[in-house]
Amino acid sequence: MKSKLVAMLLLAAPFLAPAPVAAQLRVDITGGIEAPMPIAVPAFPTAAVVPTPAGTTADLGRQVAGIISANLQGSGLFRTLGTGAFPVPGMADVQHPRFGAFRTAAAQALVTGFVTANPNGTLTIGCYLYDVFSEEVLLRQGFTTTPAGWRRAAHKCSDAVYSRLTGESGYFDSRIVYVAESGPRTQRVKRLAIMDQDGANHRFLTGGQSLVLMPRFSPVSETISYMSFANDRPRVWIYNISTGQQEIVGTFESMSFAGRFSPDGRTLLMSVTRSGNADIYAHDVESRRSTRLTSSNSIDTSPSFSPDGRRIVFESDRGGTQQLYVMNADGSGAQRISFGEGRAGSPVWSPRGDLIAFTRIVGGQFRIAVIRPDGTGERLLTDSWQDEGPSWSPNGRVILFSRTERNGRTTLRSIDLTGRNDRRIPTPLDASDPAWGPLLR
Amino acid sequence: MKRFAFPVIVLAGALALSACARKTDVLPPESWQAPPAPAEAPIDQPGTVPPVEQVTPTTLSGMQADMVAAAGADTIYFAFDSYGLDEAARAVLGAQAEWLVRNGSVRANIEGHTDERGTREYNLALGERRANAARSFLTAQGVDPGRLSVISFGKERPAVEGANEDAWARNRRAVTIVVAGQR
Repeated sequence: MKSKLVAMLLLAAPFLAPAPVAAQLRVDITGGIEAPMPIAVPAFPTAAVVPTPAGTTADLGRQVAGIISANLQGSGLFRTLGTGAFPVPGMADVQHPRFGAFRTAAAQALVTGFVTANPNGTLTIGCYLYDVFSEEVLLRQGFTTTPAGWRRAAHKCSDAVYSRLTGESGYFDSRIVYVAESGPRTQRVKRLAIMDQDGANHRFLTGGQSLVLMPRFSPVSETISYMSFANDRPRVWIYNISTGQQEIVGTFESMSFAGRFSPDGRTLLMSVTRSGNADIYAHDVESRRSTRLTSSNSIDTSPSFSPDGRRIVFESDRGGTQQLYVMNADGSGAQRISFGEGRAGSPVWSPRGDLIAFTRIVGGQFRIAVIRPDGTGERLLTDSWQDEGPSWSPNGRVILFSRTERNGRTTLRSIDLTGRNDRRIPTPLDASDPAWGPLLR
Repeated sequence: MKRFAFPVIVLAGALALSACARKTDVLPPESWQAPPAPAEAPIDQPGTVPPVEQVTPTTLSGMQADMVAAAGADTIYFAFDSYGLDEAARAVLGAQAEWLVRNGSVRANIEGHTDERGTREYNLALGERRANAARSFLTAQGVDPGRLSVISFGKERPAVEGANEDAWARNRRAVTIVVAGQR
């Protein structure tokens, strides 16, 4: 089901064509040194202050602006002048902003909107974007949601603003699944957990009795794959988050691990061990049949599909040390793509197809790096002691990863593919093995 | 700066907000429903894991101590990124094999472990290589392979904490755990 964002834009299209001015409002996120675009996000007003299960419409108006502010600021591309910097607008200001105050504050763009409680119990949240200098309206949308979904409306507004100003799709209305860790490292308790990409709506999916690793989202359903040591049988499982239903993948007698879905969600790639080696299998989710893709006398693991589903990047030590290889989806034509110093592992193909993120290991130091699928253009993005396990945002611009400090603490962090904007993702406990899910519909 | 005067005014007239009624040309709302809150489904409580053949080994601490006394150790160690058995490892495994042959009523589960200096997936496979290397040696020394199972924990269950060569060396290991015979 396609995300339904466009009706109002289509209606008003003639008025929203970008003005042919010299300085079209646009953020270039392909790299280079940029000053973040100053953008104003005052609190969203409400026509009438009405209580809702999610708080009053006035409170929601402040919080929605706060979420949009945090999303845009957190992307590193914008410097938000937030809710505290401006008085709460009146409803009329949403349609006719008084741009003087925003110009004085040196904002280049303005995000505003409103919150309305509807008689049937739903909320309508408006989302407007203006070019402060030309006073042109660039975006005008609305979202109707149940009170429980109000944060998603703020994320969808953020995605619409980001998309309009960068020309790229956004990534804010999405979730992250990861492993929450606690206890001494010799008896670490690990639990699967899921949260919105901004850390809200956090909940645990498992209770910690079984060691669990490597959760990964299906791109098309409320399903994750993960590895569990339940009953001392380390296996990949598929788990439906909505229904709670789960099953072991395949009927392998030996260990299976490193599951990862194809872009259409119909295939689950994974590694299965065989006499001390490990091969990559493709498991058809519907028919439950598995096909072996590699058969060399080596450890082949960490498979990841290209976004067009035609190739797979994976990690193998068939050449002596762990390196990255790219093969066709049927297992043929494997070619090594990583060279240079040290080892390379845990590759993951960007949803944009242009880059593969991976872990570069040199002399015991683990760093997040990116490389083109043809093996050229390797760039190191991070420089800490042990960063590993990258995962891409839905728009292929931001990389999540796990950082271990020498004292054993593990945290989640993110970094742009340009190597800028290195940030911690807050979690209630220590954390590892993050996986970024798709944009929600 | 340039200002679209005429279109904005027309639009503004049409878009004047009313507190009482939402005009359909103001903001046809995009309706989507937030997904239903997922059912709280803790998935590793008893009954939620599909039943499997009982393979959880029952450890026998008395027999374990007996084996350690006879063989000198239940643990062998490995070089970095390697699953080769050195002389010390072979000596210990040889003595374990003799004990296992003498004590035919028990089985053994061999755990493979790594230090932390590899990616998570690779270390799971390397741990299994180590456990398999020990298992192969034991069977070559006459232990019935049907009595031996292997499991890898990769880097998940270090024996000692610490980010130094000594700790890492003590974590690169295979451990032979005596368990109750199942057959």
